[in-house]
Amino acid sequence: MAAYDEQEYNKPFDIKVWFRMLPFMKPFRRQIVIAMSTNVILALIDIAFPFFQSYAIDHFIVPQETSGIGLFALTYVLLILVQSAFFILMINASFVVEMNMGRDMKRAEFEHLQRLSFSYYNTTPVGYIHSRVMSDTNRIAGQIAWGLSDLLWCSIYVVFVFVVMFILDWKLALVVSLIVPFVLFLTNFFENKLLGYNRKVRKVNSEITGAFNEGITGVRTTKTLVGEEANDRDFRGLTQKMHHSSVAVARVNAVFIPSIMFFGYVAAAIVLAQGGHLVQLDLMKLGTLSIFISYALNIFEPVQGIASIVAEVISCQANVERVMDLLDQEPGIHDKPEVKEKYGDTFAPKKENWEPVQGHITFEDVSFMYPDGKEYVLEHFNLDIPAGRNVAIVGETGAGKSTLVNLACRFYEPTSGRILIDGVDYRERSELWLHSQIGYVLQNPHLFSGTIRENIRYGRLDATDAEVEEAARKVSADEVAAKMKDGYESDVGEGGGLLSTGEKQLISFARAILAKPAIFVLDEATSSIDTKTEQLIQNATNEVLKNHTAFVIAHRLSTIRQADLILVVNDGKIIERGTHKELLRKKGYYYDLYSRQFEEEESRKVFA
Amino acid sequence: MRQPLFLGKGKYMKKSSKWSLMRRFTKGSIGYFIGAVLASLGVTVLNSFTPQVFRYTIDTVLGENESALPGFVNAWIERIGGVSFLQGHLWWIAAAIVVIALLAWLMNYLWRLCTASAGENFAKNIRNQLFYHVQRLPMRWHDQNKTGDIIQRCTSDVEVIRNFSVQQLLEVFRISFMVVVSFTMMYSMNQKLAIIVLLFVPLIVAYTMIFYGKIRHRYQEADEAEGELSAVVQENATGVRVVRAFGRESFELAKFDEKNTRFSDLWILAGRISAWFWSCGDIITGLQIVTVIVIGAYIAARGNMTVGEFVAFATYNGNLVWPIRRLGRIFSEMSKAGVSFERVQYILDGEEEKDDVAVLANVPEKIDIAFSHVNFSYDEEHPVLKDVTFTVKEGQTIGVLGGTGSGKSTVMQLLERLYEIKEGEITIGGISANALPKSWIRANVGLVLQEPFLFSRTIRENIASGRPDATEEEIREAARIACVDDAIMEFADGYDTLVGERGVTLSGGQRQRIAIARMVLQNTPIMIFDDSLSAVDAETDIKIRQALRQFRGNTTMIIISHRVTTLMGADEIYVMHHGRIREHGTHEELIAREGIYRQIYEIQMSQDDRRFLQEEGKEEK
Repeated sequence: MAAYDEQEYNKPFDIKVWFRMLPFMKPFRRQIVIAMSTNVILALIDIAFPFFQSYAIDHFIVPQETSGIGLFALTYVLLILVQSAFFILMINASFVVEMNMGRDMKRAEFEHLQRLSFSYYNTTPVGYIHSRVMSDTNRIAGQIAWGLSDLLWCSIYVVFVFVVMFILDWKLALVVSLIVPFVLFLTNFFENKLLGYNRKVRKVNSEITGAFNEGITGVRTTKTLVGEEANDRDFRGLTQKMHHSSVAVARVNAVFIPSIMFFGYVAAAIVLAQGGHLVQLDLMKLGTLSIFISYALNIFEPVQGIASIVAEVISCQANVERVMDLLDQEPGIHDKPEVKEKYGDTFAPKKENWEPVQGHITFEDVSFMYPDGKEYVLEHFNLDIPAGRNVAIVGETGAGKSTLVNLACRFYEPTSGRILIDGVDYRERSELWLHSQIGYVLQNPHLFSGTIRENIRYGRLDATDAEVEEAARKVSADEVAAKMKDGYESDVGEGGGLLSTGEKQLISFARAILAKPAIFVLDEATSSIDTKTEQLIQNATNEVLKNHTAFVIAHRLSTIRQADLILVVNDGKIIERGTHKELLRKKGYYYDLYSRQFEEEESRKVFA
Repeated sequence: MRQPLFLGKGKYMKKSSKWSLMRRFTKGSIGYFIGAVLASLGVTVLNSFTPQVFRYTIDTVLGENESALPGFVNAWIERIGGVSFLQGHLWWIAAAIVVIALLAWLMNYLWRLCTASAGENFAKNIRNQLFYHVQRLPMRWHDQNKTGDIIQRCTSDVEVIRNFSVQQLLEVFRISFMVVVSFTMMYSMNQKLAIIVLLFVPLIVAYTMIFYGKIRHRYQEADEAEGELSAVVQENATGVRVVRAFGRESFELAKFDEKNTRFSDLWILAGRISAWFWSCGDIITGLQIVTVIVIGAYIAARGNMTVGEFVAFATYNGNLVWPIRRLGRIFSEMSKAGVSFERVQYILDGEEEKDDVAVLANVPEKIDIAFSHVNFSYDEEHPVLKDVTFTVKEGQTIGVLGGTGSGKSTVMQLLERLYEIKEGEITIGGISANALPKSWIRANVGLVLQEPFLFSRTIRENIASGRPDATEEEIREAARIACVDDAIMEFADGYDTLVGERGVTLSGGQRQRIAIARMVLQNTPIMIFDDSLSAVDAETDIKIRQALRQFRGNTTMIIISHRVTTLMGADEIYVMHHGRIREHGTHEELIAREGIYRQIYEIQMSQDDRRFLQEEGKEEK
């Protein structure tokens, strides 16, 4: 998965990439305008503040006069109140823009993810998808909402401070402005350095997390290998690296930030010397000098801000590209326009037009190759499964048993040939139509956070409580609920983590059976489950297979024997097919496989 | 050939108070801490000079007031030509400001560098200690605690503590200096006004503390909402098969929408409340500034304060206001760091495995193993082993057969002393296992599990993880014995192939064989195969064991398996059932008996089809 590692990103700024954010910004243009304009006002108010000090010097202190000081105080207070009011407006607008834009981007990605095919999921790690939806959008929205208005604030502040200074004394202003290029150059230089170091810190940080993860999950192995000291050594190497990179970042900052402050003092010193001279000649008022000094001390932080924000925005382009990349992914499987027209699409199905499904599946001259594969795993394959029949697929782990299931469920489509459901090519119907007719039980069942009841109801959303419990009873999932403190209302934890594999499987049986599907797809568990649960699962399997068209990736002998047809898979291909008896008589691959499984199961019975 | 003595260092941690822990974490950081404190004092003092220069310039150089600078500075100015000289050479004053700024730059640099070094060193210490400790906590502790939770404590909580103790704790010092220095300067210029300023300090600190105290649960709520949203995305992506197979895309989207909206709404709400609080804080600080300027101007207008004093006063006050607000925030965040500290402390308080004997008195002559009347339970409730007694002579091959949950793996874990027994005794070479250092036992007992754990490193590093100093040739030799050398060489990167998430996915058989190679390299006199040949075909199985015998003649091998063919060559076979040893003897002896072993043997060895046909018959009835 190395391709998904955080890649070095140093593409130049490309405004076209950012244009693609416009649709997400559009709904919030009012708030964006508010945030922008309040920032302009706030910057202007900040520029105005030094005038109060200057006014006090020139009108009260120097002439030794106190009349009008009340009005002065009142104006000052009023301006502070006005500033606070605009500040509230700005913060609120920015939060609304940030959060709502983030929300919309997340939604767009999530919705798109629901349409993408399995070929995408099979080649993309979950962590990668997750960070596309969560962290990338957060960063982009933050940059647009806060970065841009900060940039505006800084720019307005810098520009107008210079305007004011030029009006007050253009020569002095010119001297101060000479320092600006230095600050910009410095910022650019240090920002580039920081970018590299920070990337290193992030990388080592994730290595440290990984090391903790391994140290903890592999603790048993470490102990038996007496590898503690070696692990400690490796780990100390990592923390040393972390120390090194972090201090490097700090060192850059330790030079960078004080330097900006230093330039402020240099500017102030120049102003004091030059301005003081003007004061001596009575060409400048003392108050005006104090304004110049305040500006000189305060202007370089926003100058640096401009450069830093621009650097941030440029590096944020990578996040935009990643989000757009996800949104640009084409679903490998999609319904034809005329099919969509009639049956609706994923989020707006037209169920009134859906034909009921009997469950008669036909593979007609099907050849198939995985999108990332090099050779055909199925060639001119024909198979007819009348409604209500069971097909068992057997073979070693990793032999490619799920291919047929993937095709039958239209998780993948045949490369050539057709698959007919009740005599009609399934591409003539909508994806959702087929999927709503499938009951699926996985080997490692996936449950969602929530209660047992919610998880079973996932099979049919409008099922009543009574129906949920009825389905649970049929497959003994009620025993799982009974064991828990809150019965059906018990939380199963994230991914069902609070339940054992066997328990999760029973719940997923109930979920599938509640859906009343025409077709069942069952991937039997291989992991060892305690004898009692094993028996319950066995019963549940029998219940499900009765009267349903079913594909079973089978591991249990009884399931295999009961099947109407057995397909034996090896190395991705179907090498034998027939009934149990036929295959046994052949004494081929199936015979070996079966006898081994038979031994294992019988041995287990001895110990039961 | 005996293993060299391998002894733990005997560093054990006792339950520790916060302060003693703190001391351990700050080891090597103290110098930096002191440096940071001193440098921040330097920055503050230097920064307090500049307003005095402005004041002197305005009052004495440009105005006609007496110098208020300390005597030695005045003396120095006199030496270069006095005030009149400066009046004609204002650049000298500018130079003074630049010199002070340069010194301040240096102090600032030192302060930042020391702060970072102290912090990073601190974080490094905590991480190292945690890692060291976690690896040495007993298995029982690991069984009782959830992996995810421990990792959370080792990473996020450490980060919180680091941020607090470095940035915030040192910031408290800096701000305190600032308050003291600024106040002293202000007090020296105008006592009344200085006291008015001081009165605002507790008000601002208290306001900020209350604000952050109040708003924190809002942010927490918003954080939790983000966690929930994140979980929905995670589960949707991992459960994509289920979502699609049930056609639940719309339902998922609705669920996502709800969490997504809640997440953004909560943040907007938190933002709205914060905006009000911030603004009110701004108003309070603004009022403070207005007060200083207006009263200051009034006092100055009455002739009780010079212009320069007024300007300097306003500058000191301006320097004070923002850090004080930060102080309030830091105080309110202390509790957060406290919670994280306790969460980390919980791990460090877990007692490390320890040996009653750190030094091995004398190496056992023959490494025979004996269990006598061992009872064991993981949870004190459900007994897993009941009265287990057996002996294994050095060099013997022992087979163990048993069903799921029969206790066979537990026996092996006890032999490794991964768990402590309360009843019965285990002896190795006639010496009680409790009288032998754990590290010695583990260095002498090798264990390969059915689903072995491999580290996400290269294959080479994995094989060598029991003996990091092994040579290339030794590593390959071990791999050859485990019959995995050929398979490894087929990878593009050979022995440098990365294993795990970021590398290749190995088959079960390859994993098992790499783990066997790892044990071979560890060269333990006792080797346990806990069902670890299950994914290897029968032929390879035999080849591996023959190679092992050749490699190390007197190795004691304990082989756990459910396949009779794997077990039948053993010197002694034990059949375990429900925590007890039910049968034992050689293959022939066990076959002669009407027991479990015999039954299993018959099932697995009968060559004809009758068994299948019987089954069919049953069905047809």
